[in-house]
Amino acid sequence: MIQVQDIHKSFGTLNVIKGVSFEVNKGEVVCIIGPSGSGKSTILRCINGLETYQRGAILIEGAKVDPADRSITNLRTQVSMVFQRFNLFPHRTALENVMEGPVFVKKTAPTQARDQAAALLDKVGLGDKLDTYPGKLSGGQQQRVAIARALAMQPKAILFDEPTSALDPELVGEVLTVMRDVAAEGMTMVVVTHEMEFARAVADRVLFLEGGVIVEQGPPQDVLRNPRHPRTQDFLHRVIHPME
Amino acid sequence: MGFWERAADYVPLLLQGVWLTLIVTFLSVALSTLLGFLWAVMAWTRHPVLVAISRGFVTIIRGIPIIVQLFYIYFVMPEIGINLTAMQAGIIGLGIAYSAYQAENFRAGIEAIDKGQIEAAHSIGMTDQLVMRRVILPQAIRIVLPPFGNTIIMILKDSSLVSTITVAELTRQGQLIAASTFDNMTVFTLVALIYLALSLPLTFLTRHLEKRYSQA
Repeated sequence: MIQVQDIHKSFGTLNVIKGVSFEVNKGEVVCIIGPSGSGKSTILRCINGLETYQRGAILIEGAKVDPADRSITNLRTQVSMVFQRFNLFPHRTALENVMEGPVFVKKTAPTQARDQAAALLDKVGLGDKLDTYPGKLSGGQQQRVAIARALAMQPKAILFDEPTSALDPELVGEVLTVMRDVAAEGMTMVVVTHEMEFARAVADRVLFLEGGVIVEQGPPQDVLRNPRHPRTQDFLHRVIHPME
Repeated sequence: MGFWERAADYVPLLLQGVWLTLIVTFLSVALSTLLGFLWAVMAWTRHPVLVAISRGFVTIIRGIPIIVQLFYIYFVMPEIGINLTAMQAGIIGLGIAYSAYQAENFRAGIEAIDKGQIEAAHSIGMTDQLVMRRVILPQAIRIVLPPFGNTIIMILKDSSLVSTITVAELTRQGQLIAASTFDNMTVFTLVALIYLALSLPLTFLTRHLEKRYSQA
């Protein structure tokens, strides 16, 4: 469904992605792990057309992602994104945040969009916060609104860019639980994360990225439990035993 | 005759000037807002040509005294076949001059909006136009409104500059009365009081807006 073919990306003289290829099939959950600066988030942003790339191609169901082309707005309605810092619209309530895309991009009738948005917020456990502004919500609640906003577009896939990295530790669980439920319903997901527990439990496949290349990939039980590559081993060791 | 008797003689004449002052102010505010918004949006597009035009225009306008711009429009334009009445020249001159300041204000308001929100809006398929209308403008207005109030006050006061190109607004009327009566004290006290009466409500409104939006 999503095909990333030999992507190269540089910021000036700094090469951040040096030939990355992978595919995500329909209904699959792919977790991308790796040290900071490895290019994980950049790949996700390229898939959503928020960044340009210099070489290679990204295809969504065969259609090329080209940030400079008009087709990008249409592709974005098919692939939603959840950001590290939530990025809700602060001047709109939780309900309005979720309704925004359906009403103004997909031209859904407002009453229908309202019902759908309310149902989605209920699903992420925020049925009592419909008229609350983001400023009055905790980080975990804001991120759940952001997930509802992504779901409201009825996308074919959702990209998660370190969705729990900006959260206080006690709020991480509520967001991961919602993500696990979304995965269980068959949503295609690409998740950049440092939550190894989540990757182990939910991912169909894990990619370990370092220095702009995929070092190792496979099912979580292989990559996370018995990594073959020394760099993967080293990274996982440092994540699991940070004080050593 | 005391101050009040003489004042009563001058006020009707001065009020004729007030009427023109208000028209010049109102239309200059409208024109400068429109143009200023245009420059700000052009700068926001990141389109190299549009950005260059916008930046070049703002830089040039800000570097030339408003009074010289007015002279240019009123005295020089006719030489290339563009004849404007003093009133038209005054409004266009002030409007263009202040559009440069308005543009800076609008640009600051637009850029104050968190980039993450704009990306989020793009990620749900919004076009730039929709991002501007639904995400940036509703929030930028709150940021832009207090300085916009200050700009209106400055345009109101600087509308006195069009007296130099013969528009018979408040300041010009005052000069004419003073020249024939030599009663400078009464005339210019009245002129000053009238400007103050026009600007004070705006000042209070601006302060109110500043207070309200700094709390939000």
